[in-house]
Amino acid sequence: MFELSKEGVEFVKKEMQRYETKRSAIIPALYKVQEENGGWVSPECVTYLSQLMDLPEVWINEVLNFYTMFNKEPVGKYHVQVCCNVSCAMNGGRELADHLCKELNIKDGRHSEDGRYTLSRVECLGSCGTAPMMQVNDKYYENLTKESAVQILKELP
Amino acid sequence: MEVKVLTKHYDKPEYRSLEGYKKYGGYEVLKKALGMKPEEIVAQVKEAGLRGRGGAGFPTGVKWGFLPNNGEPRYLVCNADEGEPGTFKDRMMMEKAPHQLIEGMLISAYAIQSKKSYIYIRGEYMEPYRIVEKAIQEAYDAGFLGKNILGSGFDHDMDVYRGAGAYICGEETALLSSLEGKKGQPKLKPPFPAVEGYLRKPTIVNNVETLAAVVTIVKDGPKEYRKYGTEKSPGTKIFSVSGNVLKPGNYEVPLGYPLKDLIYNLCGGLKPGRQLKAVIPGGSSAPVLTAEEAERATLDYECLAEMKSMLGSGAVIVIDDSNCMVDLLKVIMHFYHHESCGQCTPCREGTGWLDKIVGSIYKGEGRLQDIQLVEQVSKHMMGRTICALSDAAAMPAISFVQKFRSEFEFYVREGRSKVKEVIANA
Ligand SMILES: Cc1cc2nc3c(=O)[nH]c(=O)nc-3n(C[C@H](O)[C@H](O)[C@H](O)COP(=O)(O)O)c2cc1C
Ligand code: SF4
Ligand code: FES
Repeated sequence: MFELSKEGVEFVKKEMQRYETKRSAIIPALYKVQEENGGWVSPECVTYLSQLMDLPEVWINEVLNFYTMFNKEPVGKYHVQVCCNVSCAMNGGRELADHLCKELNIKDGRHSEDGRYTLSRVECLGSCGTAPMMQVNDKYYENLTKESAVQILKELP
Repeated sequence: MEVKVLTKHYDKPEYRSLEGYKKYGGYEVLKKALGMKPEEIVAQVKEAGLRGRGGAGFPTGVKWGFLPNNGEPRYLVCNADEGEPGTFKDRMMMEKAPHQLIEGMLISAYAIQSKKSYIYIRGEYMEPYRIVEKAIQEAYDAGFLGKNILGSGFDHDMDVYRGAGAYICGEETALLSSLEGKKGQPKLKPPFPAVEGYLRKPTIVNNVETLAAVVTIVKDGPKEYRKYGTEKSPGTKIFSVSGNVLKPGNYEVPLGYPLKDLIYNLCGGLKPGRQLKAVIPGGSSAPVLTAEEAERATLDYECLAEMKSMLGSGAVIVIDDSNCMVDLLKVIMHFYHHESCGQCTPCREGTGWLDKIVGSIYKGEGRLQDIQLVEQVSKHMMGRTICALSDAAAMPAISFVQKFRSEFEFYVREGRSKVKEVIANA
């Protein structure tokens, strides 16, 4: 059974008061659940949240399924998102993604064999002037080269 | 030369904090504004001719004037969803000058008599989110937010909201649905948000840069604001330049500034040996300009409209001759297909078809009639959907195949890109 930590529950309760409607707290609550559930939101998390927030499960699923930042499947410790939209594509973003797959032992284009990394090719992240770039969990890394990107990822704890 | 009005103090790291911001005159304009009548401020914004910086260029003062006088509470919402490919100015503004945005929002909120505002920031912008959240707290602590602000009797509360990854949430009605905790699907307009917006209450949605510009207008007055720019495009604007220039980045210039000066002077031009091939002047939704068009374009709403493109969000994507236009269109079409919310048949099906057709040309499996098909499909996607995403996909598609037709034809005939030969022969 999934349950939020005490601190997590308090956070959700506060968010439920923070906005005009309780429903607006679904996004922040899902972020919290994702964080505490190892990077993804399982169906069981949705049931739990629905009870905690006293909101219908369909409302939570509607949000979960609409937004790309919620992972509906398990992800690695580091979720590496490489921008492959136009300005990054023009500056080697796609080749960077390919290179990372090779270097990090990501054979299916998605997860590394050791479960440390999940790679996604994503749309514009608003760093087009510092292309190519990647987002690793919350953080942006810009003006990358193939070498610097690999080094950054390998040096993460 | 850049003309730094909005970005004048952006090079100072301390400008991010309340103390630093105040050192350079921060919140003085708010004091001035609170001594004016709200309708005076609306009139000044109208007179200044400020046009929305989020993409559509709609006159801000006019939009504010659409609010009904029915005694209902009004909301102000700042659109910081910034998802238009090529755009990265709002992120910089929030990171460098969160208090400028807050002051602009406070003045705007006072002008439209709103007691509550939200800044809706795209989910990926965690760093700007933290910075803005902290700045709001600082503003509360200093008495710029809350009850009876600076003894004026005006109350205002402000908060941030974090999105969760969806380009379509940049569309204002989708943004408001998202803010209500729902999926971000656009709604048919009218009713416009000014009449029925957040929680069905009158709501003004404005872009980050638009709201920050309000500070300048009230500070200097509309006449001074109009010193820069053109009659129909007054003021300065921040352009996000990316792609194949030597010095990409954000540049603030007066509207009406020559595009070629932006590329060759401010951004250092292209890599040695490269030739300009094309420019997308206003984010990926804007029809592409040929090099020849780009050489004579000026960066204002009217010139780019005349060239059948648009200023959009001010994202200038510079394309040199090492790029294959089939490849770039494929990337762009994939994006719109991925981001269509799927409510409207022409958009859902059309973006899917465009993605597929251009993709098959790219794979060398295209037929000559597919090029025409791109145009046909695109034409059926325009002007018949709930929001403008469908048009935003169709317009660039048409412009790419019309303006670079021979390159598309070569690709179809030979099953490969012409560009490699161009480079080899250079
Ligand atoms: C598909 C789509 C995406 C949009 N994305 C953004 C965006 O990321 N940021 C923004 O400010 N406006 C965006 N807009 C425009 C908004 O709907 C709205 O016009 C704007 O926020 C109004 O602010 P302004 O008048 O200050 O420009 C988008 C519109 C559409 C149709
Ligand atoms: S035009 Fe496309 S994105 Fe806009 S509402 Fe219709 S389906 Fe959704
Ligand atoms: S195109 Fe990659 S960050 Fe914008």
